[in-house]
Amino acid sequence: MGKKVLMKGNEAIGEAAIRAGCLNYFAYPITPQSEVAEYLSHRLPEVGGVFLQAESEVAVSYMIFGAAGAGARVFTTSSSPGISLMSEGLSYLAGAQLPAVFVNIMRGGPGLGGILPSQADYFQATKGGGHGDYHLLVMAPASVQEAAEMVMRAFPLAEKYRNPVIILGDGLIGQMMEPVEFPDYLKTEPTKKDEWATNGMQFRNSNKPNLVKSLFLDPNQLNENNLILKAKYERMKTEDTLFEPYNIDSPYQVLIVSYGTMSRVCKTAIDHLKENKFEVGMIRPQTLFPFPEVAVFKAASKETCKAVISIELSMGQMVEDVQRCVQGLRPVHWYGECGGNVPTPEKVMEVVKSLV
Amino acid sequence: MQSEVMFAGFGGQGILMCGKVLAHAALEEGHEVVWIPSYGPEMRGGTAYCLVMISDKPIGSPVVRNPSHLVAMNRPSLEKFASVVKSAGIVLINSSLISIDAGRTDVDVIKVPVTSIAKELGSVRAANIVALGAFVARSKIVGFDTLRHCVHEEFVNKNNFLSLNLNALEEGKKAVEMPAEK
Repeated sequence: MGKKVLMKGNEAIGEAAIRAGCLNYFAYPITPQSEVAEYLSHRLPEVGGVFLQAESEVAVSYMIFGAAGAGARVFTTSSSPGISLMSEGLSYLAGAQLPAVFVNIMRGGPGLGGILPSQADYFQATKGGGHGDYHLLVMAPASVQEAAEMVMRAFPLAEKYRNPVIILGDGLIGQMMEPVEFPDYLKTEPTKKDEWATNGMQFRNSNKPNLVKSLFLDPNQLNENNLILKAKYERMKTEDTLFEPYNIDSPYQVLIVSYGTMSRVCKTAIDHLKENKFEVGMIRPQTLFPFPEVAVFKAASKETCKAVISIELSMGQMVEDVQRCVQGLRPVHWYGECGGNVPTPEKVMEVVKSLV
Repeated sequence: MQSEVMFAGFGGQGILMCGKVLAHAALEEGHEVVWIPSYGPEMRGGTAYCLVMISDKPIGSPVVRNPSHLVAMNRPSLEKFASVVKSAGIVLINSSLISIDAGRTDVDVIKVPVTSIAKELGSVRAANIVALGAFVARSKIVGFDTLRHCVHEEFVNKNNFLSLNLNALEEGKKAVEMPAEK
């Protein structure tokens, strides 16, 4: 482990990608994530990498397709409207089973919305965005340290599944500075890409020609491709679901499900309520797809638990997954704000107390 | 124990950097720290503020309704934030630019003409570091030696500004250690 340094989330994300062995970055600037590009524009040339500002986000997503198809480790960062433009490419990447890492430092929407923190791209990231039957593996950091670690984990995960991984952070995660250290053990080695990448016959030992595509005009082949994807998403659920429980051993009356910056506000609210002998538990999903279905169900099943609430910086998106997991066992509520103002711990306390 | 310091002023007064140097010093002393900028559609001359949170435990909410302390570099900042500072906190007023009072009797109000002090040192641009020196000398939120080290680190590659800012830090400290002339 190195020394702790003070970094903006956006800068730490850029540095983490380099430390994970990714030397290809194509992007288009947008607030509140432009510091990633700013940082990498001087850092990548230092380490022999490629920094390229594309002509548009659509172009970015196909530069990524090309690099990933050739077996290179590649990533991009953007914010909500930019990710919308990249969503076509995301669908093609998933269809062609290509590994790549995307980062969405979310801002308020819809449309141009605002530039302040938001979690309103939950549906886009977890349920689609682009067309067709595909999922992204979605990771949601709650601190600068966790953002760095998730970026470093994202590359091997993308390669394990040959599927795009997206890091879903809100504007505060990108903009705030916190101490961060880059763990040595997360440094990753290149994987066996020779089996599928179009990296040139002269560079590999096998004589098998590789073909990267998402077009399958034969209905049986297309169905087969979708079954392969489905099997991968099922495998993600069993092998790579991540969450953090908080105060879950207490006899809590209310269970909060919250992620990212919003979950930190909830933690402080839970600590204050505990001082007043009001116990609240929390499940913080660290992966949003796969969603911690079993953990949420089990936590909601606890005898003392009277109500469940999804607290998110959106008008009620994750709450649908929470309802799905709770299966009608407890009433499921929602609280959120979506203009860019992050609710204070005092507001969360008030909302939670009103439930019982 | 957790403290939150709000730095506020005009865009261009070095507000964000001032907070960053304090955050760096707190990190050097082994504290948990979060630095949160205002990042609305800001511009030079508009308002700028940042919040530095320092704690001996991992920091939860990066959003606070009532910061412990306020360093107000201009009048709109004082007017906007003076009322939300926690009781017994410090409110540092840049008296070169602010002619009004904090309007609070339950906080420790210190008036320091940081802009004038910086001008005398050679550049108005060092006003932020004068304020930082004064605030830390009064609050002792981090050790002054650590702070000096971090100012040095911040400016060591900006040669023309290193001695200016180191002097600014000391002058800020002096200003609160000696009763200001009324």
